[in-house]
Amino acid sequence: MTITASPLSRRPDDAVVGTPLPHESAALHVTGRALYTDDLVGRTSGVLHAHPVQAPHAHATITSVDVAAAHDVPGVVRVLTAADVPGINDAGVKHDEPLFPSEVMYHGHAICWVLGESLEAARLGAAAVEVTYAPLPALLTVEEAIAAQSFQGARPTLARGDSPAGLAHAARVFEGVTSFAGQEHFYLETHCSLALVDENGQVFVQSSTQHPSETQEIVAHVLGVPNHAVTVQCLRMGGGFGGKEMQPHGLAAVAALGATLTGRPVRVRLTRAQDITMTGKRHGFHATWTAGFDADGRFTALEATLTSDGGWSLDLSEPVLSRALCHIDNAYWIPDITVHGRIARTHKTSQTAFRGFGGPQGMLVIEDVIGRCAPALGIDPAELRRRNFYADGQATPYGQPVRHPGRMVAAWEQVIASSSMEARRAEIDDWNATQPHRKRGIAITPVKFGISFNLTAFNQGGALVHVYKDGSVLISHGGTEMGQGLHTKMLQVAATALGVPLERVRLAPTRTDKVPNTSATAASASADLNGGAVKNACEQILARLTPIRELVPDASWEELVAAAYRGRVQLWAAGFYRTEGLNWDAATMTGHPFKYFAYGAAVTEVEVDGFTGAYTTRRVDIVHDVGDSLSPLVDVGQIEGGFVQGAGWLTLEDLRWDESDGPSRGRLATQAASTYKLPSLSELPEQFNVALLAGAHEDGVVYGSKAVGEPPLMLALSVREALRDACAAFGPAGHSVELASPATPEAVYWALTAARGAS
Amino acid sequence: MADIVVNGQPRDLTGVPPHTNVLDFLRGCGLTGAKEGCAEGECGACAVLVVRPAADGSPAAEWTAINSCLAPAAALDGQEVVTAEGLGRPDALHPVQRELATRGGSQCGYCTPGFVCSMGAEYYRADRVPAGDGDRYHGANGFDLHAIGGNLCRCTGYRPIKDAAFALGLPAPDDVMAQRRGTAAPVAVATDLRGFVRPAGLTEALHLLRERPEVVVVAGSTDWGVDVNLRGRRAELVVAVDRLPELRGFSVTDTEVRVGAALTLTELDRRLAGRLPLVSEMIAQFASRLIRNCATLGGNLGTGSPIGDAAPALLALDASVVLASADGTRTVPLSEFFTGYRTSQRRPDELITDVVVPRPVSGLTAFHKVAKRAFDDISSVAAGYALDVVDGVVRRARIGLGGVAATPIRALATEAALEGRPWTAETVDAAAATLAAEGTPISDQRASAAYRSAMLGQSLRKLFAEVAP
Repeated sequence: MTITASPLSRRPDDAVVGTPLPHESAALHVTGRALYTDDLVGRTSGVLHAHPVQAPHAHATITSVDVAAAHDVPGVVRVLTAADVPGINDAGVKHDEPLFPSEVMYHGHAICWVLGESLEAARLGAAAVEVTYAPLPALLTVEEAIAAQSFQGARPTLARGDSPAGLAHAARVFEGVTSFAGQEHFYLETHCSLALVDENGQVFVQSSTQHPSETQEIVAHVLGVPNHAVTVQCLRMGGGFGGKEMQPHGLAAVAALGATLTGRPVRVRLTRAQDITMTGKRHGFHATWTAGFDADGRFTALEATLTSDGGWSLDLSEPVLSRALCHIDNAYWIPDITVHGRIARTHKTSQTAFRGFGGPQGMLVIEDVIGRCAPALGIDPAELRRRNFYADGQATPYGQPVRHPGRMVAAWEQVIASSSMEARRAEIDDWNATQPHRKRGIAITPVKFGISFNLTAFNQGGALVHVYKDGSVLISHGGTEMGQGLHTKMLQVAATALGVPLERVRLAPTRTDKVPNTSATAASASADLNGGAVKNACEQILARLTPIRELVPDASWEELVAAAYRGRVQLWAAGFYRTEGLNWDAATMTGHPFKYFAYGAAVTEVEVDGFTGAYTTRRVDIVHDVGDSLSPLVDVGQIEGGFVQGAGWLTLEDLRWDESDGPSRGRLATQAASTYKLPSLSELPEQFNVALLAGAHEDGVVYGSKAVGEPPLMLALSVREALRDACAAFGPAGHSVELASPATPEAVYWALTAARGAS
Repeated sequence: MADIVVNGQPRDLTGVPPHTNVLDFLRGCGLTGAKEGCAEGECGACAVLVVRPAADGSPAAEWTAINSCLAPAAALDGQEVVTAEGLGRPDALHPVQRELATRGGSQCGYCTPGFVCSMGAEYYRADRVPAGDGDRYHGANGFDLHAIGGNLCRCTGYRPIKDAAFALGLPAPDDVMAQRRGTAAPVAVATDLRGFVRPAGLTEALHLLRERPEVVVVAGSTDWGVDVNLRGRRAELVVAVDRLPELRGFSVTDTEVRVGAALTLTELDRRLAGRLPLVSEMIAQFASRLIRNCATLGGNLGTGSPIGDAAPALLALDASVVLASADGTRTVPLSEFFTGYRTSQRRPDELITDVVVPRPVSGLTAFHKVAKRAFDDISSVAAGYALDVVDGVVRRARIGLGGVAATPIRALATEAALEGRPWTAETVDAAAATLAAEGTPISDQRASAAYRSAMLGQSLRKLFAEVAP
């Protein structure tokens, strides 16, 4: 057994990391034993249920709230309003999200909350609350917000070089507009919080939160108590995807407020309709762009303005926009570039984090530019993409050298080979020539995604590792489990670091009183950050064990631990990790915000029905870079799941708000699973081949691994480009296909109809 | 005393509030494996197994997966339910659970118990036999992926779930759930709970409807359950008719196919066994198996929804519905049945007892459904076709449409544009233009009016291209 600290990335020979393991809770999942927050309600006595009063206007002043009638409903216990807030009436970190608003900012905005002995009582009580409104004009689309100059937050510009000059000396210049929709997270578990207060006033909130520390802080400031008076725990979540990074806070605060006022446990659990109408989504964007290419098809310059649809409050819109700007280059060297960003304020839910966090939006713009310009340039899109890849020594527009650009090339070439892309390209062309009514398309797209929070301060992680006298190990860390397999990886890291079998290690649920001041489980970085912290804690313990080991060189782990205890050695440690070498200037949009880049490439083939625009995904091949995988089964699952979720965003999932001037203007029309369609089994590619890029060891990251949560989502851009390719096959060569996003069958139908009509 | 046997243990239904669904009842029992994901039968996170009479009408029993969020708890009086907790334990996983767990089939795990139950039903399907190499939707082990088409997973992308499904063997001989199939399913019991009545027979049911025309009639509750859960609708009294023997008939003669209005779509499909290809084609695209295991023709027609999939198919087949009341029965052609948006000729005191399809059926039939998703979606446009083409001439044309008007409609102008004309591209093009102008489609979240109209015309062109002489 080695008991000396090793470099962060070095992996011992007998490592538990790298072993393909099922999810640590898999046996609990499949038997229905795994507990989620709402499953605790039946195990808690005297619980009150909360139901919101939701506004039926997109924008209005609240002129009166009369809760008297609610109290006449049997079983109603209390109505929570702004007057009940002892602390700050605010649910966000930007202080622009009143928990109990005086102005309705979106259709479905919760005005107040009714507590009842049953959910039915609370629901009926909420229906009895009389609210009067003075409706105000509402902005629903980004275009409306731009016309009204309705923006919020920072308006950053990312620039390098002289883009007007770059465009001036370009051989070809193209202009376009690319606008695309957002995406509902549709985690299968809706938001839930269950709050209790103990005899000493300590508030305990169990919450489906990706960010327990921030939930704790918001609950504390709403209650007007210090953070130490609030503990937040997250057992696990039924999916998060960014949707539970900031959105849980206000709901947890309502539960905590209710619990402190009534002395009883309070449950806030949103129905699907409430969840989808009240909580934020992926930002849709509107982009205008001008792109210049030289005679060989290399970018000379890009100018663009990206306007995100932020919804009613800032939430995470600023960092999402930053990441969009920082990923508009994707894998491409663009020498002269100016990209302006701004955030529209619209009367919709407050758009928020969603897997990729702006990265997908930035990349969609540049891939749309390439997909539309390639026919006019007369260059195969795959070749055009490859020709523009970063090379060694080049830096991103924000000034960070691109580390390991050769890995991008390696993934690209490997997936072209493994997918037999070139041969299939020819087969598809032949097949298409014989098929008047059906066409196939194939496309390859790259991903280069920066890992770390843009804001340097967030790049820290904490852990608490206990070794008990019997040699068993209990670990806690700051990250939450939402299905991504973080806990599985952390168990593997601890077992590897301590050199003990995996069975000796157990993991305790995430709690703010175990590890404080944590960052959100977000930015794909949680395994990097918390893994570094877990390893650090383990190594502190190992270092303390070293002198004991010298005394008992042949002792088993259990004997060693027992000897250490008798020798009065501290057998637990708090671990900490911070990512070194990062800096970021948000004002100038320059710096070195990312520890490294994750790379990947995907080849997708689709078949489109020319009669309807309906399509199927025939085959997907992916080569993706996860460094030296900590947990290959988990990582492949993240790649596949991210890809399908990205394909859902780009092709199927269709958020529609009522944009009419009618009485339900601003209402989300797709507020149920029956109207908002997620990918189902029918969207699973017929063939789906995923390979991890070999030789991808990452120095300076825990056991040589790389983050995996977000980057694969953007591999799904290959689906969109394959659909574009198939649509083009219905028209004459050289036709540039404009494809709406999401590329629903209807959108594809209009695109292929336009291609057919092109001359 | 009203009981449900859950995982082998009787659970008392007495005193359960009338609008409590099976899901909330189970969770109230401490069985929190089944989850609410959407509360409208679209995601399958709440799926559980119930023992039902075999769908093909044979005397055996079979394990059937249903959405527990839609069924009223009282509807399962006297029945047997198994949840994911009942299938296996962490230290003794069921084969379905083992395959899912070891292959990475669960990530967040929230949808997983529902998948386990849907997969469990298919695992125990008596006629699931290994066959060949399989295809996109069928494993070499005979597993039909459509069995889990009503279960949504947001994490995995489904590949490991598919692999788990296709890796399943056949149940062991001593598997108690497999053995359960050999003895009869629980019979329906007359239930009279607060707010929920299951009459013992048709006469009693019709009498009740005559006395209390305001009652809500349910069969599979796949529509009513959504109203209860999402729209807060409540009824003084819910009357369950899905197990009335008089509504579960099935007969095929030379002149007609007569099907009971309360047969589930799954039962109907199995009993038709391909004898009405248009209906089978429709059922295959109708919602998901979880829904089809509960939904009935009577319900789909009775709600009068303009986007129900059964009506366009049955309109093309010149079907009629038989309505019964305490006064007797009457037969109404389906083409005259619908009177407006979600209204019909059915009086509140009447029940649909049967649907009658005349035979012989036209030689060329097809069901075209345009939707965003291939599995488990609601039609933007649906078209049912039944054409007789003799010696290259269209002798007879019947076309039923859904999603293009306030009711399902016949495409009468298009039928006229086809009948008597040669079955050629020219005829089809002209008729397609007529078809594209049928109805009054609207723009909504599913599709634009322009797309709906275009899809009508394209549908006929597609039909011609696929069967061109």
